[in-house]
Amino acid sequence: MAVQQQVQRGPAARAQSQTHPPRKAGSRLLTWGNRLLWANMIFSFVFLYLPIVVLVAFSFNDSRLAARWSGFTLKWYGLMFTSEAVLTAFWNSLVVAVVSTVISTILGTMTAIGMERFRFPFRKTYDGILYLPVIVPDIVMGVSLLAFFALALDVINSSFNLTGDSTLRAGLGTVIIAHVAFNISFVAIVVRTSLRDFNKALEEAAMDLGANEWTTFRRVTLPLIMPGILGGALLAFTLSLDDFVITFFTTGPGATTLPIEVFGRIRRAIGPDINAISTVMLVMSIGLVVLSQILQRRSSN
Amino acid sequence: MTKRQIGFLGILLSPGALWILLFFLIPSLLIVVYSFLDRQTGGGVLWSFSTDAYVKLFTPNPNSPIINDFVIIFLRSFWWALLTTIICLILGYPLAFFIAQQSTAVKSMLIFLVMIPFWTNFLVRTYAWKFILNNNGLLNTLLHGLGLPRIPIINTPTAVLIGLVYGSLPFMVLPLYASIEKFDYTLVEAAQDLGANYFKVFSKIFLPLTMPGVVAGSVLVFIPVVGQYVVPTILGGGKVAMLGNILAQQFGSAMNWPFGSAIAVIFMILLMFGILIYFYFEREEETV
Repeated sequence: MAVQQQVQRGPAARAQSQTHPPRKAGSRLLTWGNRLLWANMIFSFVFLYLPIVVLVAFSFNDSRLAARWSGFTLKWYGLMFTSEAVLTAFWNSLVVAVVSTVISTILGTMTAIGMERFRFPFRKTYDGILYLPVIVPDIVMGVSLLAFFALALDVINSSFNLTGDSTLRAGLGTVIIAHVAFNISFVAIVVRTSLRDFNKALEEAAMDLGANEWTTFRRVTLPLIMPGILGGALLAFTLSLDDFVITFFTTGPGATTLPIEVFGRIRRAIGPDINAISTVMLVMSIGLVVLSQILQRRSSN
Repeated sequence: MTKRQIGFLGILLSPGALWILLFFLIPSLLIVVYSFLDRQTGGGVLWSFSTDAYVKLFTPNPNSPIINDFVIIFLRSFWWALLTTIICLILGYPLAFFIAQQSTAVKSMLIFLVMIPFWTNFLVRTYAWKFILNNNGLLNTLLHGLGLPRIPIINTPTAVLIGLVYGSLPFMVLPLYASIEKFDYTLVEAAQDLGANYFKVFSKIFLPLTMPGVVAGSVLVFIPVVGQYVVPTILGGGKVAMLGNILAQQFGSAMNWPFGSAIAVIFMILLMFGILIYFYFEREEETV
């Protein structure tokens, strides 16, 4: 409903962007334009934040009937922190995110340096391929990995005669592989930006002073692109921690991550502690944004 | 390049390239192969050539010339993605413009506020809307408390569209802001000195120069929305299916992998066409 209202208001809101010479003439058109700009801004932020605020507020609601306020409580947080399923899922998420971030940050940074500092045949083609995992919708990547892992595990199990307990199955390992597959590209893109902004004269100066390539890289290039690498790693970590769709298709029984656990609870519509779990996930995300902002500020200084 | 440099480049690029080849390119090609195989009951494929999947996808319903259930879902997914993109542009363009006009401190605070949802778990944000829109959710509880009739909004296209716009808005605002922020306002003064009115200034100068942001934002919104699975599942309750739902269904409960693969293949072909057309027109515009 809110959206429909906005559609009607939209063309007008858009028209006022024509009136943009900033704070200049006090014509009527400008005043109206400014009012619409303000209205649009307030509407947008209420639209963006109202659901989040509501969710957080009701995580402290005493009632089992989720949408009726009946008093303040912390019991859902208590329930959450004693739930075996939630704690296991949280631990799995953390393992997947840390391992896939480390691998993809190393591979992504190497890729970025290779792409930015060298010219070679088919560079443009590879450049395009590198962007594909970012562009291809996650559901398509998810189902193709599902098909791929099913086939690959089958081949490995039958050719090495793995049976019973030693059978290789889909699980956290396949999830980590899948997360690295999309995160390499994200890390490479972020690190390449910082390599491009970088003053190459510094590298040349180091070489002129007798440093070899490795020393130059370690003492000059690496420290200067470190904020970029950390930014890429943080992005990879967040994407891995938040990923639901690709994990959903690449995981196996017993390897539940936090988003998978939350999705299951939403679908079965059970457990009033779901608001509490969601709030904790929100707080983690916000912590990560703050961290990324701090990193960015440091890199621009 | 010297031999040493080639070796160095190989060490730098091959691990990443190998990973992407093995776990992205080969799986994508495997889907193409699977779409031409026979289905195996219980999931998986039989290794014999078959066009059954494509025949099923393109066989119209008995009572209609071209349409079948799958075509409808394709059309719906692309139509909703377009609608979401347009709504996000209508909301996002003025918002990005507004933010770009503020003082540095206010600017960075507002952009930070846009970025928080951008980094926040998508599942959680979608669930927040379910919590509000549910039949016994917050909205209906409030309406009931006021003695008003309940609105059955969950599991309708409206609910799905709200969720899609909500999830996509930051992806539109951030690139728009990046290009609007770079805009040089002396150009506006120059145009006005030369007699251009507001409309001319916007359509001939402001819009073309901020077009890269519009393009980037639209691509970032459109593509993920076409393939959405989470929003139509949680807010549509499976009653208003999108492409993501039938893909998941064919690889899940329906266990028809070749058919699911065929849907994925056609989906990717359509998406690539869309992107090519988009960038073609975009380039045209730039050269004019």
